[in-house]
Amino acid sequence: MESTTSQIASLSPDDLETPPLNLSQLAWQRFRRHRPAIIGLVVLTLLVLYALAGSLFFSEKYANFNDTSLRLQAPSAEHPFGTDSIGRDVLARTIYGGQISLLIGLTAVVVETFLGILVGALAGYYGGLVDSILMRITEAMLNIPEIFLLIVMAKYFGGKIPELDVFGRTFSGSVVVIVLIIGVTSWMYLARIVRAQFLSLKENEFVLAARATGTRNIEIIFRHILPNSVAPIVVSATLGVANAILAEAYISFLGLGVQPPTATWGNMLDGANNYLESAPWLWFFPGLLILLTVLSINFLGDGLRDALDPRGRTV
Amino acid sequence: MSTLLEVKDLRTRFHTPEGIVYAVNGISFYVAEGETLAVVGESGCGKSVSMLSVLQLIPVPPGEIAGGVALFRGQDLLKKSEREMEAIRGQEIAMIFQDPMTSLNPVLTIGRQITESLRIHMGMDQNAAEARTVELLEMVGISDPSHRLGDYPHQFSGGMRQRVMIAIALACNPSLLIADEPTTALDVTIQAQIVELVTKIRNQVHMAVIWITHDLGVVAGIADRVIVMYAGFIVEEASVNALYENPRHPYTSALLGALPRMDRRRDRRLKSIPGAPPSLLVEPHGCPFTARCEFTIERCKTENPPLTPVGQNHHNIACWVDIKTGAPR
Amino acid sequence: MTRYIIKRLMQGIPLLIVISVVLFALMMSMGDPVATMGGRRVTRAADYERLKRQLGLDKPIYTQYLYWLVGNSWTRIDLDKDGVAETPGTRLGILRGDFGTSLVNRKPVMQVIGERIPNTLILMLTGELIVILGALLVGVYSALRQYSLLDHVVTALSFIGYSMPIFFIALLLMTVFAVLFKRWGLPYLPTVGMFDPQVGKTFGQVVYHMVLPVISMSVVSLASYSRYIRSTMLDVLNQDYIRTARSKGLPRRSVIFVHALKNASLPIATIVGLDLPFLLGGAVVTERIFAWPGMGRLFLDHVSRADTPVVMGILMLVAVAVIVFQIITDVVYAWLDPRIRYD
Repeated sequence: MESTTSQIASLSPDDLETPPLNLSQLAWQRFRRHRPAIIGLVVLTLLVLYALAGSLFFSEKYANFNDTSLRLQAPSAEHPFGTDSIGRDVLARTIYGGQISLLIGLTAVVVETFLGILVGALAGYYGGLVDSILMRITEAMLNIPEIFLLIVMAKYFGGKIPELDVFGRTFSGSVVVIVLIIGVTSWMYLARIVRAQFLSLKENEFVLAARATGTRNIEIIFRHILPNSVAPIVVSATLGVANAILAEAYISFLGLGVQPPTATWGNMLDGANNYLESAPWLWFFPGLLILLTVLSINFLGDGLRDALDPRGRTV
Repeated sequence: MSTLLEVKDLRTRFHTPEGIVYAVNGISFYVAEGETLAVVGESGCGKSVSMLSVLQLIPVPPGEIAGGVALFRGQDLLKKSEREMEAIRGQEIAMIFQDPMTSLNPVLTIGRQITESLRIHMGMDQNAAEARTVELLEMVGISDPSHRLGDYPHQFSGGMRQRVMIAIALACNPSLLIADEPTTALDVTIQAQIVELVTKIRNQVHMAVIWITHDLGVVAGIADRVIVMYAGFIVEEASVNALYENPRHPYTSALLGALPRMDRRRDRRLKSIPGAPPSLLVEPHGCPFTARCEFTIERCKTENPPLTPVGQNHHNIACWVDIKTGAPR
Repeated sequence: MTRYIIKRLMQGIPLLIVISVVLFALMMSMGDPVATMGGRRVTRAADYERLKRQLGLDKPIYTQYLYWLVGNSWTRIDLDKDGVAETPGTRLGILRGDFGTSLVNRKPVMQVIGERIPNTLILMLTGELIVILGALLVGVYSALRQYSLLDHVVTALSFIGYSMPIFFIALLLMTVFAVLFKRWGLPYLPTVGMFDPQVGKTFGQVVYHMVLPVISMSVVSLASYSRYIRSTMLDVLNQDYIRTARSKGLPRRSVIFVHALKNASLPIATIVGLDLPFLLGGAVVTERIFAWPGMGRLFLDHVSRADTPVVMGILMLVAVAVIVFQIITDVVYAWLDPRIRYD
């Protein structure tokens, strides 16, 4: 019996074969199965809602309103999270603080993703001297502990940027500074990943084909290779948000980050040791919110990694 | 010759996130003492999984041995505890695997990887074990064995590593050797050497061998009997000559027909089997080969044919049709 | 093998050079170089000029870099601007251990740092030891018990562990073990400093004061290390050679602790080795909360007071340690892995 296409076409796709799924359907299916990731997504959405919708209930003025006669009051009906050392309502501050912390997390990731892709793509694609130089710089920056870099840069660029007025809200210039310095100190990890992707992908035939048809290098990088490396970039960016939120928290806790009156979850904890016994609500609520946010992002990132790049994991 | 291993109705499944994989669906076979049985089939047909199940080497979640018995000298291996199996593995039944590059531990010397079996199963002390190891390496054709005990696997070539694996397997004089595609990853000249080596040793020590392969050429060189597997079922069982001269199952016949042969006309196309094997995620219903079979009848779709004799000499097939005549059996 | 070591050393040198240049540039742009290298702030213009010449800061930038590295005591400076160089310089350069003097307390930078290093090491090494031992235990055990309830619980706890900001853990622990215990009349743990000044710096005091900071620091590292070890073990356990080991009928203990662990120890040793130098930087946040006199707090204090010499000294020290440890780790790995050792 000669094999012909008609023979194959006559096979009905009956219950002997499962129908094929395309890549994004497969990814979504895998993601859905990952229960912690779904929980993470739900919690994260709730937290974002808390930060955003909360401003419908409390105005920013209220969050910054201080009356020292009301200082350090324990949680009550009027101030569900208590008041801080100069009489501001902690609940309102966690709402606005949440907005800033989340904003910083997201924008810092945008900066670091941009830098990481730029460096990684150029180094991986061009190789040679370009690669050597870029990698030396990357390594040099990786060799210095992140917190040290953050502290030094925060101190140096500290007062340099003035207040901004965006969308009718006043942002302390330190917010921009923090976003930039977190972005500038975190791109290295992504750069290495992107470079590795480019090193392996550029040997593929579709790149050869693109070159043979005269496509310019820039186009090859951004239109052909990069879309194929999206998976690890997405995972890295997601986890990067968690890292950025933590970094902001640490640096603000040390007093070098966002300056009051603009609240962030981190700077609300500054000086909290002094009130360890007397006012635990000062640090407990912002700290808990940071924990929940970072935890849900980590779960989400884990689920994404499972869904988009299952080969990279053992379990 | 008495029966060494008898497997009846073995079923093995895997629980994966995508569903249950029905890897082995009720197979029965036997191996007599000193006999060589070849297990033939394409990738994914369940030949490796069956043998790993017999030795309880399937990782238990997600795997599951869902039924059947595996009687080794009358005792059911599937009912034994892990400790009892540890006594059998390596000592009574040994196994060698496909990829010699990854099957040896890269951070232990090959001397160590052989002596540890000897010390644990035969109770030898270090010196006795080393002496015996040198003998074994010599037997499998490794030159200058006494100086190579301290060498690491990466210092050997692929063929030599497979010889080392054979030495490990033979260390405690097992009565049964299971060889899971040991020559697939090697190039042809080395393949021949390994087959020759195993044949020689088997003849010397009267050891039974189960040789798993998808290469019909190798089967002809080494086997006494053959079983052909497809999608977790055994579809044909015969002596090696009977199988080659007179295949009675459509699948076997198609497999043999697809072999390029020197004595055929060169201008004809190679016959291939259209379609693809069924998905193992679906619980098997009816004959698994139906979709690709040219002799299929209505009954094939609903009832799975059992393994029944055809002709004499223990030649069994699992088919509703006699392919010689086209009529139902 | 020796070739490999030499090759790695050779690779380390350009990196050190790059880092030194980066740090040099950083230093020159931050604050006043004259004050930084002179160790004091001078206001009078004439004095300033004199100090500048004495330090060689009137020279072109690459000469300044050279002076920074090896000092200018081997050359002569023209101190009084008469065109004749007659006075030898006073700087020794960082390669001879001269990092300048602290702007805050006038002590040589090396001394200032040196006083703090032991405190940091006590804290960090203890923590690291606990983390490694604990993570091995947890990681290996949960890899062996994959899919079990224990495994899931451990995984969940690990996630929570490394999602926690360190200060949150610290504050929680302090509240429970210092504040509440005290309130309930139970023996409680101290939260400030390395020892009680009234009792003195005894071994017992230090240990007692170490408990809370070490635990706070360790939680996050323990969580992430144990996940890493677990995943490495699982990787190894899925390898073909483990299947071979089992098929040989080797006892489970031997399969896990000899065949598997020996292979898993390679990547684990790498991670530990690469992490070690960062211990030198101390744990800035932890030291701040517990007022532990270590390198982290030193860094923080001196940065906020713009004490560039000390800050540069710490950065340089950590960067060098990182590179040195990278080389050591690579060499150790090459030695442990027979595939590289016998090549």
